[in-house]
Amino acid sequence: MSDVVGGTPKAAEQGGEKLVGVVLVSHSAAVAASVAELATGLAGGGPIAPVAPAGGDGDGGLGTSSELISAAAASVDRGAGVAVLTDLGSAVLTVKALLAEGDELPADTRLVDAPFVEGAVAAVVTASAGADLAAVEAAAAEAYTYRKV
Amino acid sequence: MLDADFFRRWMTATAASVEREAERLTDLDSPIGDADHGSNLQRGFRAVAATLEKEAPGTPGAVLTLAGRQLISTVGGASGPLYGTLLRRTGKALGDAAEVGAQDLADALRAGVDAVMQLGGAAPGDKTMVDALVPAVDALSESFAASRAAAQEGALATTPLQARKGRASYLGERSIGHQDPGATSSALLIAALAEAAGE
Repeated sequence: MSDVVGGTPKAAEQGGEKLVGVVLVSHSAAVAASVAELATGLAGGGPIAPVAPAGGDGDGGLGTSSELISAAAASVDRGAGVAVLTDLGSAVLTVKALLAEGDELPADTRLVDAPFVEGAVAAVVTASAGADLAAVEAAAAEAYTYRKV
Repeated sequence: MLDADFFRRWMTATAASVEREAERLTDLDSPIGDADHGSNLQRGFRAVAATLEKEAPGTPGAVLTLAGRQLISTVGGASGPLYGTLLRRTGKALGDAAEVGAQDLADALRAGVDAVMQLGGAAPGDKTMVDALVPAVDALSESFAASRAAAQEGALATTPLQARKGRASYLGERSIGHQDPGATSSALLIAALAEAAGE
């Protein structure tokens, strides 16, 4: 099962505002959980958008699980849309295939093209500020442009 | 004409073939992948066989869409969404007819292969399952046996290629000299199709 790290339904809807949910899909359960913790930690102060990790194959191994991803997306859906960030390979393909299924993910779910760690932080911070899904997606994608050297 | 029973036989024959060849697929996947192709497909097609036995969908399209859905949800690696999309899209293209002709299947399978190419961003020559599936679809209008031979030839022809997709692409030139596991399992899928047709 997925754990919603930040933002209980109550916190996420503080002031009647519905926040965009964020799902973090990694081949590793530890990576997904840690990046979720990092992103919510850096978004602290005020309401925090709901974030759920969906890592590993569901049996404790490396891989991706469509069931974990679907459950995570459902758990962070507050009616404002869900941004999904992924790491590599099958994580990307599995989310795309679930989106193509039509009824496996909340209606307004998007696979966001962004670097995993930096994009997750940008997405959670932006979502926590009450931005809509398009703005969350743009902020996460923009993380590709932050050069380090 | 091909009915739901034919498509169930195809899926069951694929599951049996994957059981037999799982070790070889994983061996092919160990030098250039993450050594789980055989076990991943085995898990997926076991689920497909079990579900088809339990639910017994009544049309060709329903058999393939259900099988594709099972693969997406049970495989856990890239082959799940790729094979899942292949079967699901092929099934959707077949619609809800109770029986379909061989040419309908060829057209639907082409739609499925196109969807796989779009999902994975792969083209022929990238050393992927596409290298077996495209020639298989091209030959399917001729006969099931010709399609099986074309898929097998396509899989063998991936050996000298350099991988441009998936984990093997990280290896660059070191991927050359290894037969692609995905093209190999695709050839099994097409061989099972010929088997279901009695060819």
